[in-house]
Amino acid sequence: MSETMLEPHAEEPLDTDLPDGELAKRLATTWGTAGGIIGALSTVDHKIIGRRYILTGFLFLILGGLAAVAMRLQLAVPDNSLIGPDLYNQIFTMHGTTMMFLFGVPIGEALAVYLVPLMVGTRNIAFPRLNAFSYYVYLFGGLMIWVAFALNIGPDNGWFSYVPLAGPEFSPGKRADFWAQLVTFTEVAALAVAVEIVVTVLKLRAPGMTLDRIPLFVWAMFVNAFLIIFAMPAVMLGSTMLILDRLLDTHFFNQAEGGDPLLWQHLFWFFGHPEVYIIFLPGTAFVSAIVATFARRPVFGYPAIVLSLIATGFLSFGLWVHHMFTTGLPQLGATFFTASSMMIAIPTGIQIFCWIGTLWDGKPIYRTPLLFVLGFFFIFVAGGLSGVMLASVPIDTQVHDTYFVVAHFHYVLIGGAVFPLIGAIYYWFPKFTGRMLGERLGRCHFWLAFIGFNVAFFPMHISGLRGMPRRVYTYPAEMGWDTLNLISTLGAALFVVSFLVFIYNVAASARGGDIAGDNPWDAATLEWATTSPPPPHNFDRIPFVTSREPLWAERETLPVVTGLAVDKREVVITTTTEARPDLKESSPDPTVWPFVSAIVVTVIFIATIFTPWALAWGAPAAALVMIAWFWPKSVEEDK
Amino acid sequence: MRCCRPALVALPLTLTGCTGWQSSLDPQGPQADTLATMFWVFTAILALVWLLTMAALFLSLRRARAERAGPLVLEPQAERSMTRAVSAAVAFTAAIVIALTVVSYAAQRALFSSHEAPLTLLVKGHQWWWEVTYEDGQPSRRFTTANEIHVPVGQPVLIKLQSSDVIHSFWVPSLAGKMDIVPGRENRLVIEASKDGIFRGQCAEFCGWQHAHMAIAVVAHPAEEFERWRENQISAAEPPDDPLRKRGMEIFLSRPCVMCHQIRGTPAAGKVAPDLTHVGSRLHIAAGTLPNSRGNLAAWITDPQGIKPGAHMPLMKLAGDEIEPLTRYLEGLR
Repeated sequence: MSETMLEPHAEEPLDTDLPDGELAKRLATTWGTAGGIIGALSTVDHKIIGRRYILTGFLFLILGGLAAVAMRLQLAVPDNSLIGPDLYNQIFTMHGTTMMFLFGVPIGEALAVYLVPLMVGTRNIAFPRLNAFSYYVYLFGGLMIWVAFALNIGPDNGWFSYVPLAGPEFSPGKRADFWAQLVTFTEVAALAVAVEIVVTVLKLRAPGMTLDRIPLFVWAMFVNAFLIIFAMPAVMLGSTMLILDRLLDTHFFNQAEGGDPLLWQHLFWFFGHPEVYIIFLPGTAFVSAIVATFARRPVFGYPAIVLSLIATGFLSFGLWVHHMFTTGLPQLGATFFTASSMMIAIPTGIQIFCWIGTLWDGKPIYRTPLLFVLGFFFIFVAGGLSGVMLASVPIDTQVHDTYFVVAHFHYVLIGGAVFPLIGAIYYWFPKFTGRMLGERLGRCHFWLAFIGFNVAFFPMHISGLRGMPRRVYTYPAEMGWDTLNLISTLGAALFVVSFLVFIYNVAASARGGDIAGDNPWDAATLEWATTSPPPPHNFDRIPFVTSREPLWAERETLPVVTGLAVDKREVVITTTTEARPDLKESSPDPTVWPFVSAIVVTVIFIATIFTPWALAWGAPAAALVMIAWFWPKSVEEDK
Repeated sequence: MRCCRPALVALPLTLTGCTGWQSSLDPQGPQADTLATMFWVFTAILALVWLLTMAALFLSLRRARAERAGPLVLEPQAERSMTRAVSAAVAFTAAIVIALTVVSYAAQRALFSSHEAPLTLLVKGHQWWWEVTYEDGQPSRRFTTANEIHVPVGQPVLIKLQSSDVIHSFWVPSLAGKMDIVPGRENRLVIEASKDGIFRGQCAEFCGWQHAHMAIAVVAHPAEEFERWRENQISAAEPPDDPLRKRGMEIFLSRPCVMCHQIRGTPAAGKVAPDLTHVGSRLHIAAGTLPNSRGNLAAWITDPQGIKPGAHMPLMKLAGDEIEPLTRYLEGLR
């Protein structure tokens, strides 16, 4: 076995001193999560938190999906009185808000939380306590908004909450405040995870994983984390200003007092457009991983794809105005955003062509994950191309805020993010649970989802072109939109059935699926180098990376790094570019304080909906729990 | 004057042939024409791109290929030809993107550079109806109506857009693209109908409870017919001549109706709700929610919140025998 030995510390047992079985047992004890409720709430294991994140993300997908079902039932026939305007407006707001803030962003991060540390070959995510805190804040925020909705005080101004409609004058009551605070919750959670991913990728990579050996999955999540870090503050600023306008009578958006309603739109879309890519980039991460494994060769054009990801990241910040083409902006300025919006088709195109090239040269194996990726190509490319139409100012003046746009972004988001995500679940489920998902049910799921999706959303292009605006709770029979809408509703029903098949498959396979083994797909990246599910410490010995596809390059045994402590949590810090071993650093132990902090923060956030003083009274409480959280303990290397 | 009869008669025809009603694919004016052409050009090119991509994907899956020794055993020759193919595809994408940007910019310049027109309207968006003011150099020839715009065929009409509350968007797809109505700003839009007919429009920016019921009808007439309509609208309401309608007017004037509605020629001078001076001549009531008929007027007055929940029209507690005179009075305001 080839080994790289790290500089030993004195007197503590190292992984070099122990036989394999004994080592695995002692590492599992050191890195394990205690039993009981306190143990469960104290855990800092990225896999346990990641699993909760994924399950919670899917829970919100189901809730958001049920909201969509309600809308489709209401719109199935003209002049329907099933759902009135008040409830309908809440439902479409909850659908958008849930899908964007509680599913779209967190689910990509959730898979990153689970998989990135495994893929880069380390034992835990950077800042694991922050990770736990982030999950609880996300969960509590999501519960808050759905409880508000259940109490009939759900937000009703759309997921974009345009002012002045969402301002104090036209939205009295607390509905818009719940929305604004939900944004605060989810952004705090998202930013925390983004920081963890960036640091994990930069500093915790296994020795030898130089920048050009980082898996494309990890590259995509890394770029995505930067998008989150730069995009989210804009909407947090916006939602804070909205709350200030509503609670403290400031006038940021009140044109009568020198404010400007368009300021809100700029702040919102400066976040809102990168947001689309924040949802899509994890999709590219899944596609790159699945295409390589099932085409049986490395993804073609690795440097081109990495550069495309980075280019997409930069360009995504220069397109936000295409959401505002009809607000009466100067024409020349709008033209700039036409050009930049169309330009982003180029890096996206590069990725698509590279994946197709990979399939061309490879020898595709048609398993369910690849089927979903093929569905992704079919749907996402169509959505991307209708996006090129929306980038044109003149065309946009006709289709903006119509069902054409609804069709477009469902093609992009469901095609670009949800299909790859489902593929990813089929692909990594064996790693998460140790069991395979049923293949026959998987295929059935795919075809139902693929047909259901297209039947539901393709007709919306036409209803939009034939004049149907978005966000209408009903429409008169004489508009001639009834047939199209009925078809959409039937397609949506089929799409729902596909998810029922999925849920059944997951439930059945989690107990009775085939045992997966470490690497059921013969994949190349490091998460497959450990058991399924992985032990608490991820790897008995930290891998030493010699190739971009370590498990394909080292068929016999993976070279490893040794010299880490066994009885305390220790990770290898490597240099940023060359990934040379640099330091051994202790990784935080489990603690319940992140959970307590999340509760305190939740109370403060919710209380600020009702009184600004919550901030003043809450701050000392927050400070106290943070002090407990960060209370220093004597660490070996400090002595 | 009953100049709007032809329009009313034309209504059922338009309803059955519904493509001309509110569709960007059935353009009835030069602007909507250009936009529809643009749409089809883009659609043709982009559909071709989609087909080519899918063909490449299909071929890449169907291709027969030799067994290779392992996933990492790559042929340099194949890699090189793939690099060439992907580069060509990227260059092709870039060329299309640049071409479409130029086409889009050219159309944009042609469409939105001019804001000159012989006729100017001020359209004000309210939750959830449209206030329409015909501007004129002579103040006495200015008049206000609601939820309906009449224009002469073949003449560009400048529309100034203002909001009295939240953001709305003015959109009559058969004639032109949409333009948002933003509080504190005045956006401008030129529309033109190239033939006579009724073109429906609808608010396109979510504006609250009754966003779904905020429609506007654009009625295009030949020039002289339009002039007749305009002269009629300028005139004040004719006083009722029969006793039933007289009673209706008394009911109207003695109830809170006058707090919000105006009927020129009577003391009713409210400005926060639609001007009713010639309400009988309109195609619809409640911003396109119901066709204008005596029965629908009665229904609307008796139960506005049942028909359009959330609308700002309050429930008037009228006695049973007050409905008929009132609706007869309103119906006669032509």
